[in-house]
Amino acid sequence: MVDYVFERHLSGGILLPANKTASTSRQIHRGFIPSRLVLAVRQHRGPAAVPCVQIGERVLKGQTIATAATVGPSAAVHASSSGWVRAIEEHPVLTSDGVAPSLCVVIETDGRDERLPETARPVWPTRRADQLKAMRTAGIVGLGGAVYPTATKLATPVKCKTLIVNGAECEPYISCDDMLMRERAADVVAGALLLADLLAAPLCILAIERDKLRAIQAVEAAAHERGDPRLKLAEVPTIYPAGGERQLVELLTGEEVPSGRFPTEFGYVCQNVGTAYAMQRLRAEREPLLSRIVTVTGGGVQTPQNVETPLGTPIGELIECCGGYKPGALRLIAGGSMMGAALPDDNVPITKATNCVIVATAIEVRRDDSEWPCIRCGDCAVACPSRLLPQELLIATTSGDYAALETLGLADCIECGCCDVICPSHIALTERFRIGKRTLAERERERAHLEQAAARDQAQNDEI
Amino acid sequence: MRFEQTPAPHAPPLVSVPVVMRRVLFALVPAALCYTWFFGYGLLINFVLVAVGALLTEAAVLRLRGRGTRRALRDYSALVTAALLSFALPPLVPFWVPVLGGGIAILLAKQIYGGLGKNLFNPAMVGYVVLLISFPVEMTQWVPPQMGDIDYRGLAFLEQLDYTFLGHLPASIDVDALTRATPLDIVKEGVRAGRSFVEIRSGALFGDFGGRGWEWVANLIFLGGLYLLYAGVIRWHIPVAVLAGLLVPAAVFSFIDPAHYASPGFHLFSGASMLGAFFIATDPVSAAATVRGRFIYGAGIGLMTFVLRTWGSYPDGLAFAVLLLNAAVPLIDRYTRPRIYGQR
Repeated sequence: MVDYVFERHLSGGILLPANKTASTSRQIHRGFIPSRLVLAVRQHRGPAAVPCVQIGERVLKGQTIATAATVGPSAAVHASSSGWVRAIEEHPVLTSDGVAPSLCVVIETDGRDERLPETARPVWPTRRADQLKAMRTAGIVGLGGAVYPTATKLATPVKCKTLIVNGAECEPYISCDDMLMRERAADVVAGALLLADLLAAPLCILAIERDKLRAIQAVEAAAHERGDPRLKLAEVPTIYPAGGERQLVELLTGEEVPSGRFPTEFGYVCQNVGTAYAMQRLRAEREPLLSRIVTVTGGGVQTPQNVETPLGTPIGELIECCGGYKPGALRLIAGGSMMGAALPDDNVPITKATNCVIVATAIEVRRDDSEWPCIRCGDCAVACPSRLLPQELLIATTSGDYAALETLGLADCIECGCCDVICPSHIALTERFRIGKRTLAERERERAHLEQAAARDQAQNDEI
Repeated sequence: MRFEQTPAPHAPPLVSVPVVMRRVLFALVPAALCYTWFFGYGLLINFVLVAVGALLTEAAVLRLRGRGTRRALRDYSALVTAALLSFALPPLVPFWVPVLGGGIAILLAKQIYGGLGKNLFNPAMVGYVVLLISFPVEMTQWVPPQMGDIDYRGLAFLEQLDYTFLGHLPASIDVDALTRATPLDIVKEGVRAGRSFVEIRSGALFGDFGGRGWEWVANLIFLGGLYLLYAGVIRWHIPVAVLAGLLVPAAVFSFIDPAHYASPGFHLFSGASMLGAFFIATDPVSAAATVRGRFIYGAGIGLMTFVLRTWGSYPDGLAFAVLLLNAAVPLIDRYTRPRIYGQR
């Protein structure tokens, strides 16, 4: 029984071709081991993990190779297969600021995929504080794309009203959550309940997009079997970006999260289904976060499919696992077609954040970057899920009017790309807004810095 | 292997300016055919002439401004202007009127402001108003519908061309015999002369609601408008507001004094009401951009049209109403800015 069906009451959003069938026609490919693993010690914002292995050392699958930093949101990194540490060096990695060199532990795998012995794997503790610590040690982070350490998110001081397990997966091409729910629904549901326990949440809503019929069926059956009264299943409309955290909270609860604050501050905790699955693996298999499902798709890859990919797999090897490139492969995108990043080459490793790799051909992506002038049609404002006025923001970015950018709420832009794709003049709005946001943040930092300096001067003067 | 580097989003755009403009042109095709059926080839000839004037002017100005001409000439925006202006012109005008109108629309209303997207006023309406004020005689050469029971022979295609370019009319016909006042004109003059609306309406040129022939053109323009709504080219707010702004006061006045005020049905199916509501007021460049703003803008156009039609000196007032409200758009937009998500 689907408990809630939500018709559209999302602000903005657009209907997009899903492009998911190519990758959902096959089962998840499991058991893939690349020849080399490149594991970044900094997988997300916040302090990097600290390497704790030596070059030349043999490591086992599941062995910690970098420990979580003691302060700030951080999570450990593990060897995702067995092999030898060959280097600890800078390697290009995709971060939230694009591809940049970052410290990585490079492992040459031995193909034996030898796990840590049973005795060396910690048992899931019983006390909540220990459980949160175990999650940090196991490197559990949000697998929806933000890769925020889950333990930090769960440790919010506000009492949780509702845990929302996000299986909306609204972005085109990506189907990893869909396939995971189809094939591992019981584990996803068990992991969701584990998260609900940790949060002491009275309600746990599993939200899935309406077009994922088989995922809904599978999760429904699994939830029915558990028979837990906290579990509710919600069908959400197939609208991009219904799976955005704020958008999903609004859709499910009717509550708008105020600008500049987080859903957790209002008792709504969102977790991705992949994270729920990882939690269940941690408890039942005592296995830290070693792999994630990655959708490999697009017209430029031989066999589009979902692959259970060891973290650190170079994307080139992953593509080979899917039959290699097809002629016409033009753009390599990590993530979906709306928010994903174009990679310069395939020598970049899969991180905890990489949910999808698209090998796009010319017809699948925007090629022509010429623009017409804005004709003020206002479609961008209708499509904007944050209810901004992209049209006026465009004028303000063009004229460099930062005061206007602030009052128009540029900081609230979630960079979803809706305005961009719907714009008949093909104006690259999102990129302009991204740059504008960065400039605003820099100005803010500068201002804070100057104020601090002024306060310090004042204090010194007062002393004299 | 190297891959191209471009910022997100990568998904191809869903529409483009030329596609939008072409849809507007498609939407006008049924109405144009119907117009031609009832009123002869004047509309089609005018469209071509306005288009020539508009495109030549656009090309010339772009060249003077040192801008590329190819892209701008291929965005179909000048053709949309030409289509709207040709619907506003009387079918029987000398060739220089439409050519000049197209040139004025593009030069004075569009390129002077910086071209596509920068204009404050609707180019077609500026072109129309300049012509109306400058050449009042030519701009009243409207013709009656060609219907079996109306004793009238319109010009054949070649005769029409002959008149348009050379000013020749077939022997034994003069312009006065060819032209008639429009239904809006007849009602206005009639009421002014003290006749009642009901009496005026019983004339042979009047149909169920508006003028005969005109009603059908209005119906097909409405159909085109529905297509634009369906295709997502326009949104419903402006058309609904324009028609409400026109019909509500019309209904009130006609209810109070049916003898001296035209019925709302007559207003709806006469003059530029339908074209204005669905095709002219909805021009995104010169319209309000916010939802609340569009209601105000549309209602303002409807109301001003009613006022100008009823008490103004011209029979129809939609063009003036649109231009007046165009001027108010920056103000309207400023005060109707929506609340940002999550901000109170």
